[in-house]
Amino acid sequence: MRKFTTTLGALLVMATSSTFANGHKVKVGMITTLSGGGSGLGIDVRDGFMLAVKGNKNISVITKDDQRKPDIAVQLADKMIQSDKVDVLTGIIWSNLAMAVVPATVNQGKFYLSPNAGPSKLAGKGCNKNYFNVAWQNDNLHEAAGGYANSAGFKNSFILAPNYPAGKDALTGYKRFFKGKLAGEIYTKLGQKDYAAEIAQIRASGADSVFFFLPGGMGIGFMKQFSQSGIKLPVVGPAFSFDQGILKAVGDAALGVKNTSQWSKDIDNAANKKFVSDFKSEYGRLPSLYASQGYDTGKLLISAMSKANIKDMDKFRDALRKADFSSTRGKFSFDTNHHPIQDIYVREVIKEGKTLTNKIVSVGLKDHSNAYVSDCKM
Amino acid sequence: MTLILFFEQLLNGIQFGTMLFLMSAGLTLIFGVMGLINLAHGSFYMIGAFSAALIAALTESFWLALLASLAGAAIAGVLIEIIIIRRLYRRDHLDQVLATFALILLLSEGVRWCFGAFPLHLNIPNVLNGTVSIFDNIIYSKYRLFIIFMGFLIALGLYILITKTRLGIRIRAGQNDRQIISALGVDISKLYTIVFAIGASLAGLAGAMIGAIQSVEVGMGEPILILAFVVIVIGGIGSIKGALVGSILVGVTDTIGRIFLPELLKVFMETSNATSVGSSIGSMLIYILMALILIIKPSGLFGKS
Repeated sequence: MRKFTTTLGALLVMATSSTFANGHKVKVGMITTLSGGGSGLGIDVRDGFMLAVKGNKNISVITKDDQRKPDIAVQLADKMIQSDKVDVLTGIIWSNLAMAVVPATVNQGKFYLSPNAGPSKLAGKGCNKNYFNVAWQNDNLHEAAGGYANSAGFKNSFILAPNYPAGKDALTGYKRFFKGKLAGEIYTKLGQKDYAAEIAQIRASGADSVFFFLPGGMGIGFMKQFSQSGIKLPVVGPAFSFDQGILKAVGDAALGVKNTSQWSKDIDNAANKKFVSDFKSEYGRLPSLYASQGYDTGKLLISAMSKANIKDMDKFRDALRKADFSSTRGKFSFDTNHHPIQDIYVREVIKEGKTLTNKIVSVGLKDHSNAYVSDCKM
Repeated sequence: MTLILFFEQLLNGIQFGTMLFLMSAGLTLIFGVMGLINLAHGSFYMIGAFSAALIAALTESFWLALLASLAGAAIAGVLIEIIIIRRLYRRDHLDQVLATFALILLLSEGVRWCFGAFPLHLNIPNVLNGTVSIFDNIIYSKYRLFIIFMGFLIALGLYILITKTRLGIRIRAGQNDRQIISALGVDISKLYTIVFAIGASLAGLAGAMIGAIQSVEVGMGEPILILAFVVIVIGGIGSIKGALVGSILVGVTDTIGRIFLPELLKVFMETSNATSVGSSIGSMLIYILMALILIIKPSGLFGKS
């Protein structure tokens, strides 16, 4: 009798699930940062992804913590591919970890769906047919920031970013669109939290604006110290230092800062509204852009599973390429190098009651792709 | 490149150094007196910062929060010493490293359970917000001057404690010969608990003061811990004077190096290459400094050979 009811239950689940047509299973290995500095980002990506695949019985997920260390990420990927036999890997936050894991993974015939890191090397010459980036190419948000700086009339920017692949992509991206001069350019240590020395340089440089890319906890320290320094220059940056998880810790120092993002909680479409309210009721907090990226990654995977069996890699790849899912960002498609074409918005940090959050001010770059498409030969 | 900028960066280096001193003083004291390598010292830094953030959120007073950081870290220190650390003094260093490493994992996970993975808010008091001008033309953050002042105040306090008080005599005696001091009737296990609590509370205070300008989050202590070990190796393990000199040396080298090395390279390199190469070498400088000092003085600047 018990066996009968479980079979019946399983049938019911299959009937309600959208993947009934194919009914095949997909095993996902998620390697992300869940402990130490920067764990907020990994947790948001994981929670967003798990929310997207919640209730889907055909997807099983193994989640492991990379501790933001490339060597650990490589070990985890090897173990997931060789002994857990996963079909798809995802989850990595940091570009230096992605550079260590992704090439080996896709060469072993596994799909990698990036919910965050999009280093330029993997978008251009190092692109791969099994690698899809669901978030952005690293330069994208910074390019929009450079574009915004022009329209705000900045002529002389001081720019800084951490010394790792995404940091270099950030400054390259900003410089690609910014038409003014540079008052100074600094690479900081990855994980650095004290910016007294850099702020002193900014003060002495005679800049009229500051652009910075300091993701995770790094940006909290910078914003607080910058506002305490009494320097009154306008600040612009990508959303990473102004996302929902961080704003609370930055406090009022962030108020009014313009930042660029492919996602915001006030983007007006049904998928996004559902995502924001589901996320709030599931986890009891507001989602960040990282959570939206994890969620879209999950939805993309489900959309491909409804079209093809993952054992048929060519068909499954084509299904992924179509990106036939309703993204929280609205319009979303892949360019030929498997990186998104999407709108990038300019947001402003505001206060809703007592909560700091973002609202969209304008569209920075419309249907924006990336600069590396022509370098990619697939 | 002006002289004013150079002095401002020098002050930044000294400020970084005084903060490192608070961390390394405890570390070196604990090693000197008990012979214990305490990898979990960074966790007290974190506990101090979280205690401060908690009290600041409840009372909105920064000064109470600073007291809470001292108290929180000291209480955690006493409990951990009595329950776990006490059993490690007689074991060899490998056992100590393993056990205290396990403590890092336990404490980090414990704090995440209580407070979550997202950074907490802790802000500096309004009195110390903003800047002052020194000699009319160096504009410097009031709060950072306060950190320098506190650092030197504590250095002075430790000096008086160790050279002028009865407790200090016992601590020095403990450093020299553990067996004799217990044979003389000093309650050695109480002394150890006190020393451990002093070390932990200094780390906690550093965590709260720095947490207010950086971020209060899980795992914030580990990067500082590595630097604190560099400091005590440079200064000579067990020497508080060495910790002070080593901290200032490391703080100044790191700050000056990472700013002025890229500037120097720009003279004969293209700008964006110079910044990238310069900051890479800049972040290695303190380790190069450590290697050089160890070649000349293998037991550190003030270490007993």
